[in-house]
Amino acid sequence: MTKQEALFSYTLRLGDNALILGHRLSEWSSKGPLLEEDIAMTNMALDLIGRADAMLKYAAQVEGKGRTEDDLAYKRGERQFLCNLIVQLPNGDFGYTIARQLIMSAFDICLYEELVKSKDETIAAISAKAVKEVKYHLKFATDWTLRLGDGTEESHQRIQKSFNDIWMYTGELFEMNEVDAILIKEGIAVDLNSLKARWKKIMTEVLLEATLTVPADTYMQTGSRKGVHTESLGYILAEMQYLQRAYPDAKW
Amino acid sequence: MSTKDSQGQLWEVFIQANPGIPHKHAGSVHATDKEMALQNARDLYTRRSEGTSIWVVPSAAIVASAPEDSGMLFDPSNDKPYRHPTFYVMPEGAKNI
Repeated sequence: MTKQEALFSYTLRLGDNALILGHRLSEWSSKGPLLEEDIAMTNMALDLIGRADAMLKYAAQVEGKGRTEDDLAYKRGERQFLCNLIVQLPNGDFGYTIARQLIMSAFDICLYEELVKSKDETIAAISAKAVKEVKYHLKFATDWTLRLGDGTEESHQRIQKSFNDIWMYTGELFEMNEVDAILIKEGIAVDLNSLKARWKKIMTEVLLEATLTVPADTYMQTGSRKGVHTESLGYILAEMQYLQRAYPDAKW
Repeated sequence: MSTKDSQGQLWEVFIQANPGIPHKHAGSVHATDKEMALQNARDLYTRRSEGTSIWVVPSAAIVASAPEDSGMLFDPSNDKPYRHPTFYVMPEGAKNI
């Protein structure tokens, strides 16, 4: 694998995570528990899709085969996507979405605060913008975890179950392969192992304050780094890519 | 406030568009606590770079004048045009006085 191939794969991974999580959050449009939360969720969706746009644009440029960010978003098949499994999971109830958002925002703050120092200038610049957005997402998800965890008997039980159910998708966030090895050596990528302690600390502090229990690390799901995804990703792409598939090259 | 409202308490939102100028009433939001009120206000009223600062105030904490008192409160100033600085010539180049 060349450095260029590794960089293409890495930027796809970052872009796809933002794109698919953004798509999931956008599904809350008109369905939030309060009008205000509805807008908060779609605001975060826009932050994420904006990040995906920038990252996929750069991926297309790195690849150098004349594809655009839209080609990468709308014309790749499921197996070519490199997003983590956790971002594909269906939204569930509001608490489940909050649990997933806390996990991802805590991961993203650890990741992007390091990527700001990347030797790749484009990744560093996108990361600098992402850090500001993610700080807000983390605050939003933290506050809601506290409200639901330390709320009523029912909200406590439901969000605890959400964290228990989703926990087996967290191990995969830290998996690394040849792509990481090549780019870490170049000073472009971050050693994901080095983020784990901080991520765990954030999660533990928030969950304990919310009177919740941190689930045990037992069995962990895997697959996305190889393009093996949950069944949900196919449904997401079917909806997201429908227009470009049915009317290729359609423009506004 | 109506007890039927299940969306939380009502808060009034004030946005300052630029440093140094007054906070202006922008609208209201629902929220169950002050942190959530601030976040909701941010998400609803500053998405298009409208603000540099936000205040949120519980709507119940606002004391408002009653419409039936408006005669007593506001009419007496109608015949006192000398209270307005309209008799001065605006200095050239000044945008506000």
